[in-house]
Parts: sequence; C-alpha cells; structure tokens
Amino acid sequence: MVGSGTGGPRTLPREEFPAFFEALRAEGYAIVGPTVRDGAIVYDRLEGVDDLPIGWTDRQEAGRYRLERRSDRALFGYSVGPFTWKKFLFPPRERLFTITRDGPSFSVAPEATDPTRLALLGMRACELAGLEVTDRVFQGGAVADPGYSARRSRILRVAVQCGQAGGTCFCVSMGTGPGVRDGADLVLTEILEPGPHRFLFEARTRAGAGVLARLNAPAAAVADERTAGEIVARTASSMGRSLDTAGVRDLLRETLQHPRWDDVARRCLSCTNCTMVCPTCFCSTQEEVPDLTGATVERWRRWDSCFNLAFTELHGTAVRKSGLSRYRQWLTHKLGTWHDQFGTSGCIGCGRCITWCPVGIDLTAEIAALRVAPASTSKEAPR
Amino acid sequence: MLADPSPPAAAIDPEPPPLAPIPYVVRSVTTETPDTVTLTIRPSATRRIATPRPGQFNMLYAFGVGESAISVSRATPEGELVHTVRRVGKVTNALAALTPGDTVGVRGPYGRGWPIAEARGGDVVVIAGGLGLPPLRPAVYAILSQRESFGRVEVIYGARSPKDLVYYDEIQTWRRRTDVRFQTTVDAAGRDWYGDVGVVTTRLPDARFDPPKTTAFVCGPEIMMTLSAKALADRGVPRDRIWVSMERNMKCAIGLCGHCQFGPSFVCRDGPVLRFSALEPFLAVKEV
Repeated sequence: MVGSGTGGPRTLPREEFPAFFEALRAEGYAIVGPTVRDGAIVYDRLEGVDDLPIGWTDRQEAGRYRLERRSDRALFGYSVGPFTWKKFLFPPRERLFTITRDGPSFSVAPEATDPTRLALLGMRACELAGLEVTDRVFQGGAVADPGYSARRSRILRVAVQCGQAGGTCFCVSMGTGPGVRDGADLVLTEILEPGPHRFLFEARTRAGAGVLARLNAPAAAVADERTAGEIVARTASSMGRSLDTAGVRDLLRETLQHPRWDDVARRCLSCTNCTMVCPTCFCSTQEEVPDLTGATVERWRRWDSCFNLAFTELHGTAVRKSGLSRYRQWLTHKLGTWHDQFGTSGCIGCGRCITWCPVGIDLTAEIAALRVAPASTSKEAPR
Repeated sequence: MLADPSPPAAAIDPEPPPLAPIPYVVRSVTTETPDTVTLTIRPSATRRIATPRPGQFNMLYAFGVGESAISVSRATPEGELVHTVRRVGKVTNALAALTPGDTVGVRGPYGRGWPIAEARGGDVVVIAGGLGLPPLRPAVYAILSQRESFGRVEVIYGARSPKDLVYYDEIQTWRRRTDVRFQTTVDAAGRDWYGDVGVVTTRLPDARFDPPKTTAFVCGPEIMMTLSAKALADRGVPRDRIWVSMERNMKCAIGLCGHCQFGPSFVCRDGPVLRFSALEPFLAVKEV
C-alpha cells in the first residue's frame, strides 16, 4: 500500500518523455526496455527515448510475427516480442562459481552479481504476473536462488498498460491483464487521442513515487484517468485468443492418454522455441568448463528445455524419449502441475509460445481438443 | 553514449553458493560387483554436510567432470559417508575410478527419506532390487536399532544374478539374525547358487506380515518397484503406506532446475521417497 506521499496520477506530455529517462537515471537506474532489432521488438539497454519502437507495431498469429508501421508515433504501440524480462533476472547463461584445485583438495570462489540497478521499462500486465510466477519458483522454496534474488532486489518495475491486444494474446482468460493490478512500481498509460500524445503516470510504491517526484508533471485530469480505463477495456475486448481455464488442472491429470497428444506430437518439432520465449519456463542445466590446465573449472548454468532429449537422461537413456511425452510434459506442467508445485498457473496468457512456434501449435486449441472425450477406437472395441 | 548512472555500489559479497560442493577425502573403495564400487569418504576440512537421514541422497562431484545424485548408504555422527556407485555415465565412471586419498565434492543431504517413525507399531516389509539396497540399508539399521518399536520385519533383496548382489558379507550377518527375516533371490543363476531364483515378488508369498498394519519400503528399478507395490497392495497393504524411492535426472537437487519432475513432484525435493498412492496414476503412464 502506498502512502499519501506518492500523490495521485500525473500527466506527462510526450515531448517531455525524455525527462522520465533522466528521472530514472537520477534515481540510480540503468534502463532496459523495448527496441527494434532484427525485425522484432526486443528488450535491451536503452540510451534514450529514440531507442523505443516509435511508430512500430507487431502483427502476430500462430507461427507468425511481423513488424509493421503504425499510422501514429506511439512509443508502446505493440504487444510482446520474443524476449522476456526473465533474462535480466535469470540470464540464459550464468557462471555460478569457480572451483580451483588446492593441493589434493579444491576451493570454491563464489560469483559476485552485477550491482547495476535496472529499470524495466514497458512491462506488460501479463509480464508482471510472470514475474510473480518466477518469484515463487526461485524464491518461494526452501532454498532461494542467490543470483535471481540479488538481481530481483535491484529492479524497478515500470509497467505500461496495453493499448492493443496481440493476435495470440489471452491475458483476460488467465486473469493477468491487460490492466495492471499489482506488482508494479510505476504504471504508465499511453494516451494517443483525443488531445495531445501524453502519458498517465501512477506511482504504486515508494520507489515509483521517488521517480515521479522528479518529474514536473501536473496532476492528471479526471478525464485522462477515464481515458486510461477505456483504453484497457478496449484492449480487453479484443484478445486474439481465449483459453477455458475451468478445471484445466484436473483435465490435464485425467487426459494423459488422450489421442490428442499423438496428434500434437506429429506437428511438434521439439525445437524448444516455446520454452525459450516463455516468461516463466525456468528449467536449467549445469556445465563444467575446465581451463586448459585442468586446474580451474567454471560452473555455468544455462537455460535448458523439457523438449531436449538429454533433459531426462537416466542410466544412459532418456525417460521421455517420444516427442509426445515431451510436449505433454510441457503443457501438463505449464497449466496443470504448476498449480501443485507453486500454487499458481505457469501460464500468463502472453501468447509467445503460439507466435514463436514454427509450426503454429496453439496451446489454447490443444486444451480445447483435450476437453473433447476421445471417440472409442476400433482397437479398443471387442472383437 | 550516456554514462551508466548507477553508482556501482560496493561489490556484493555473496554467501557460499547453495550449489557449491564441499571437499571430502576418499578413505576406502570397495568393489561390490563388476560395475559397482562403495566409497567411504570423510570431510577434508571443518566444513561438512549435515548428517543425512535414511533414504536421503547427496550430489557427489568429480572435479572437472560433474555431479551425480547418489543415495547415502551409511552416515556416521563423525561425518563419514558411504556411497555405492554404479558406473553408467561420465560422472559415475569418474567417481568409481577414485582411489583412497583422492578428493570428492559433496553437497546435500537432499530430499525426504524413509518415514521410519510412521512405520512404528506395525510390521515392516522392505523390498530392494539391485542397487535399491544401498538407500534402504540405513533404514534397515534404523529399524533394527529400535527393533522393539516394530512388529515383524521382512527384508527381500533381489538382484539379476549372484554376482550383482551388493554388501554380500553384510547380507550374511543379517541372515543370521532372528529378529528379522531376510530373503535373497536372483533372477538367474548358475549351479553354484543355492539360494532362491526368481524376481522379488516371487518371495512375497513367503513373507509374514499383517497387511493392514504393514508399512512397506521399496527401492529398485522402476518396473520392479511398480510390480512390488502392486503385489503388496494386492496382499492388502494400504497404498498410502507403501513407499517407493524414485529416480530421475537431477542437476540442482534443490527444486530449481526442473529436470527431476514426475507428475506434480520434484523428485529431489518432494521425494525421492514418495507414497505409492500418489505415484500410481503416473507410473501407469509411459514416459511421464
């Protein structure tokens, strides 16, 4: 809960948006956010407002992502791209520690984490929900991940409410968006019309209020608050996808032998794309990297995927050999057993796994198909 | 380029990473079978792991090669640990090649072991297959050390062949005891084998126990555990009192890497010892 010191919402004209970057820096943050690279909107270090995807939007469908020009100069007029904020907290590759031979024994030198404080600019409501999920994964158990926890303690969450829904979005079904409820330090809404291009700013925490206090932004007009509400409502009504979540955890527990798994396995390439773009997939492996002398070994952790054959290797052979079993593991975990493990769904409805699947497998369609009781096959019929 | 604004605060001094191995020294190496050795190890410095409970496991580390999850088959209050390792991969081959004086890394203990206290007051059936005996060994000793707390105690140990039996000398000692019934069987044997031949479940009809008041501890290959648990359940042992020790690929052993999942369970954290009643629906499905 924020004290009265944070004040009410403020309005900042588009021309003064660079002052917001200055305010973030003055509060000690380096800024990461959306930027156009390689035909996609990715998250990386931003040096100024011009690095934002000004006037760009994305068009997404199953297995398809294209950038397009907008008719306006919106800064945040896209939905979500192939990157997630996860990489700033749980890097794709991370050195955990270094082990050095020490006579007949060895010693372990821990790794210091980067002390940089990061402002994550442009977090969507679903992505804030994703952050809550990874918080539970990495910090909710008996042993918290030290790297994640250290980096997590140094971020500022700057949310931007979605002004449009992507073709594969279904945050409304997952209850994660598009309006920002919890988990942000600052919430921005980009207002393109009517009137001048401007931003509604709302501080939700003391840290957010500290940044806002540095802006010479007047209190927002009541009309602007109403407009922000309308923008969110319009986005909510134009979701590209929907997922019926009723009883989905039990459904997945009871349909492990459903013929639909054979069907999806014939399409799935086990390429791991869905797990690489997912904001909540957390699986990793460890690698020993010795130097040339063999006296020093670095222990690295890198992202792994349940679609890799080696993921379940036991006694020289994989437990999940078939593509069927690996897709089934991914989906039953994401939407089913995640509840048992972490008290929440692992899916936040961002649609990335649908967009970035090279063959366009759509989990919302797979769940719908699993809800249909299989027709009894002739194999099972008595002879 | 704009300067990085964050005044890089004093470098954060991290705590010992949870995944860092602790050096131990190999005291002795015993050859059990053609592909299995038993390592006895001791802490090499002041740092040591907490004393494992029966059924827990450690991550053993071969320098420069990697880690493997190995069950604890003995742990003394002085910090000595006994692990039996079968050569199956890169890491276990390196571990099995260690000689006295060598250093091995240890972290642990991990997981939930055998619920021995829950078994008090009733009969106990222990069924081990092959390398399922090492993780059950400390459970057997724990039961024998408080023998009066339990009813009848039956141990059935099976291996593929006589040469695959581990802890052979210890088995002879156990067989001579009158307060525990110990049956050994092998799947196949030559004419020099005078014991029973057949899979472990073939010895179950001979075991004496009162099913509704029995707790069973089962460890071995997955198919052997499934069949044994079903046979026990058929005899009337409640499914939630049949405990099996699962095995899956493990990288972190602290529930963070995702590898060891079996249905809703993280085998490393929720197991490895789990109730058959919770596992049965998943054991019935291929490749869960």
